Amino acid sequence: MHAADTGFMLLCATYVMLMTPALALFYGGLSRAKNVLATSMYSYTSLGVSTLLWAIIGYTLAFGQDCGGLIGNLSYLFLDGIEHGAAPMAENLPHTVFVAFQCMFCVLTVALISGSYVGRIRFSAMLLFSCLWVVCCYCPMAHWVWGGGWLAKLGAIDFAGGAVVHMASAAAALACAHALGPRKTRSAIQPSNLPATLLGGGLLWFGWFGFNAGSALASGSLAGHALLTTHLATAAGIVGWMVIEWRCIGKPTSLGVISGALAGLVAITPGAGYVSLASSLCIGFVGGMLCYGGVLLKQRLGYDDALDVVGIHGVGGTWGAIATGLFAVASVNQINGFFHGNALLLLWQGISVVATWGFVYGVSRLLLALVNHFIPLRVSVDAEYIGLDIAEHNERAYNLSRTVS
Amino acid sequence: MKKLEIIVRPGMLELLRDELSRHNIHGLNYTEIHGYGRQKGHTEVYRGSALQVDFVPKIKLEIVLHDEQIEEVINTVVATTRTGQVGDGKIFVFDVVDCVRIRTGERGVDAL
Repeated sequence: MHAADTGFMLLCATYVMLMTPALALFYGGLSRAKNVLATSMYSYTSLGVSTLLWAIIGYTLAFGQDCGGLIGNLSYLFLDGIEHGAAPMAENLPHTVFVAFQCMFCVLTVALISGSYVGRIRFSAMLLFSCLWVVCCYCPMAHWVWGGGWLAKLGAIDFAGGAVVHMASAAAALACAHALGPRKTRSAIQPSNLPATLLGGGLLWFGWFGFNAGSALASGSLAGHALLTTHLATAAGIVGWMVIEWRCIGKPTSLGVISGALAGLVAITPGAGYVSLASSLCIGFVGGMLCYGGVLLKQRLGYDDALDVVGIHGVGGTWGAIATGLFAVASVNQINGFFHGNALLLLWQGISVVATWGFVYGVSRLLLALVNHFIPLRVSVDAEYIGLDIAEHNERAYNLSRTVS
Repeated sequence: MKKLEIIVRPGMLELLRDELSRHNIHGLNYTEIHGYGRQKGHTEVYRGSALQVDFVPKIKLEIVLHDEQIEEVINTVVATTRTGQVGDGKIFVFDVVDCVRIRTGERGVDAL
């Protein structure tokens, strides 16, 4: 075990933890005043529930000994046996540090899904779905990509979670939007507090340094490289989104700037430790532009993805996975992509995109149907109009006036 | 006794309060309201999607006055808040039947 690596990864784990409260601010600010607390609850309850599940069964399913490339075995049930010794996946780190770092990813991924179902899902149904989703979707995905499963054996690469975190959460978000149906009230985004969204987005950016640089699983030049590509791509994402928004609607917006930053972050996630610094600029810039198109998709295709999980995490994550197959270069991290003479990597990346969307969307729809059998997924129409803060939690976010937006 | 209901742009509130107190108006109430007249609404754009806002925020002030103060106050309000653009607002004038100061029980003009 390596002391400097351990210290670095301890910090990275805490950075990534901060991303979930940041997401609560980001999503909360975008929600209507009557749904802010319910929306924030989805992130904070994920910190509770997903963490528990991770400790009980999630970690062992994701990172236990491989069973046929599909899932981990049950050797670490209830985190049995991880108190001492190094992590098998990263022998420079104490096992506990690795478990904690990976736990934060699971928590964040579950919270990311919530952007699609705000304003109409029943809280108890959401909780049950989230629990089942951790076990049936997140853990297999993490195992396939990082735990020595079939996607890793195939040769697909995902540095920090383009597939496991972003495409997976977006596929689940699309499944939720389809299963729940659109809101009865007007579905356009009506932000209650954009400054909160901006702060949340800024904190996500900060946390993302732990997310991407930490995915090197060691302090050193690869972590430094990932941190810099992350920052560069995010900056380029802001500019990319702003350019296209300015052209299309005549004015740049603050929500556009922070959305572009997020698009850049999502796009660089799978390639942060595989592509060159110059490529990261291109990945972020194109990511910002593509995600602007992505958020307009829902009107064309008619699903109510309230806060654009599909538009940003789905489109950005898919672009990132493909871009990694295009731009990866061996001088950064031992593997070349399409532009450096290895077309095969692009094929593996394509397979991982199709497998992730297909598997997670399909299983999520099944889980949602199962949950709906026991607990109706949607709240009553009345509750939707009143707002979920009052209807589901007996609380109100803003008591400055008694108005309910 | 008359009551003025004055509907103006939100940004005019402080300015108007200062001007009115210079004209010896020492009490008024205001409410934040939303509505539309000729100004209609405006369009907000979030992530490329237009959100039509039909009701524009306005401020409604209510002042009850002696009959002889009415013209002076109306002129002050108009002079202070007119921009010449659609959306400057309106003033409605009502007759008031009576008034009671709750603390003392005074009635009518004395209670103002």
